[in-house]
Amino acid sequence: MNPVEQAVVWLNDPLNWTNPGGILDRLGEHLTISALAVLLGCLVAWPVGLWLGHSGRGGGAVLLVSNVTLAVPTLALLTILPLTFLGFGRPAVVVALAVFAVPPLLANAYTGVRQADPEARDAARGMGLSGGQLLRRVELPLAVPYLAAGFRTAAVQVVATAALASFVNGGGLGQIIRAGFGLDIAAGGGQIIAGGVLVAGLALLVEGVLALVERGVTPRSLRRARGAANRRAADATAGS
Amino acid sequence: MSLHLSYRAAPGNPWFSWQYVRDNSDTILAALREHAWLTGRAVLIAALVALPLAVAAYWFRSLSGPILALTGVLYTIPSLALFAFLAPYLGIGAITVLSGVALYALLVIVRNALAGLNQVPPEVREAAEGMGYGRWGRLFRIELPLALPGILTGVRLATVSTVALVTVGVVVGRGGLGQLIFAGFQNNFYKAEIMTGTVLCVLLALVLDLLLAGVGRLLTPWLRRRAS
Repeated sequence: MNPVEQAVVWLNDPLNWTNPGGILDRLGEHLTISALAVLLGCLVAWPVGLWLGHSGRGGGAVLLVSNVTLAVPTLALLTILPLTFLGFGRPAVVVALAVFAVPPLLANAYTGVRQADPEARDAARGMGLSGGQLLRRVELPLAVPYLAAGFRTAAVQVVATAALASFVNGGGLGQIIRAGFGLDIAAGGGQIIAGGVLVAGLALLVEGVLALVERGVTPRSLRRARGAANRRAADATAGS
Repeated sequence: MSLHLSYRAAPGNPWFSWQYVRDNSDTILAALREHAWLTGRAVLIAALVALPLAVAAYWFRSLSGPILALTGVLYTIPSLALFAFLAPYLGIGAITVLSGVALYALLVIVRNALAGLNQVPPEVREAAEGMGYGRWGRLFRIELPLALPGILTGVRLATVSTVALVTVGVVVGRGGLGQLIFAGFQNNFYKAEIMTGTVLCVLLALVLDLLLAGVGRLLTPWLRRRAS
């Protein structure tokens, strides 16, 4: 039997889904870890990004953060953080993944506020809005497409990297792949591919669903800017 | 393995220990060499495949959409899953890691190279056409040089992310410095080993990035002249 047939057989065994530590358990862990990491990333990156964009400072810092995190291996953070005060277990994994969610969230929040039409900003000032009101009522709504684009990028990335949590026994669907590699390649090949299909499928599913969400929260008049938001944010993380 | 010989000699479990580095310099250097070797080969292969692809997408607009969509989908696939797809066919070893990371590098370079080519101003292209350049002459004398900043950005990005990505090769036992990080974690959480692997990883990315930035400056002297 070739590995793909083995994978189909493995995926068709109901016990592989419902057993303790089976696919459903792992999927739950994967989604919980990812959701917590994205939430933490948003809580940290959005206020900072919006404020930096509002005050027009710190563009260099935003770039620096994204460039540095690009060079740090996920595996390193996953192994280092449990040895700090965070301790072993879920918090360390969540923080490690959140670190990689920050750059796209931060860059998009910053760019989103910066790109707000200067005339709209002037008009709001002329109407007597204070700095905080300007941010809340003018810049924030105009930045929504960018925030959504950043959220999507960050969420997909976190769901993808959450598979690596299995290296430190952090749970998630990656655990299935690791267990497959733990067997002999001839015996575990099917399980390895099945795990790969599940991890990749989840990442693509999240990407697809969030693309729809992004479309939904973007006002029709701003839709044309959506593609540009993605591109500009990609440029920001790319450091160009 | 000689990895944890110094473990008993060093009291406590410091984040960094010269003694560990001294006692295990062979292992560390071997891991560093493998890491650099995997990264270099992956980026080279990726660049060699990516440039013709980008040019094809640039010449034939109808290919541009499918190539960008395909690279987008492939880029969404997590690295661990990609290794999982490759391993049963390519076996447990360096080839699996090399193919996986080269694929990601390829995607980054294609996208940036295509963006660079698309930024060539249409009037420049028309002027070149008017001067009698053919399709290939225009490509090599006009369009590729003008797209060079975009291509180099792609290569630099691909290199830095490849350095980080090679560590995932741990899953097939060939993760370069990732091997140190992972072994440290398994050897009773030997912090010095984990930290040495991490620091070398980041340094390698930094050094390669600076190196490529230097190459880029040498290759595009006209950009400097314009800036000054």
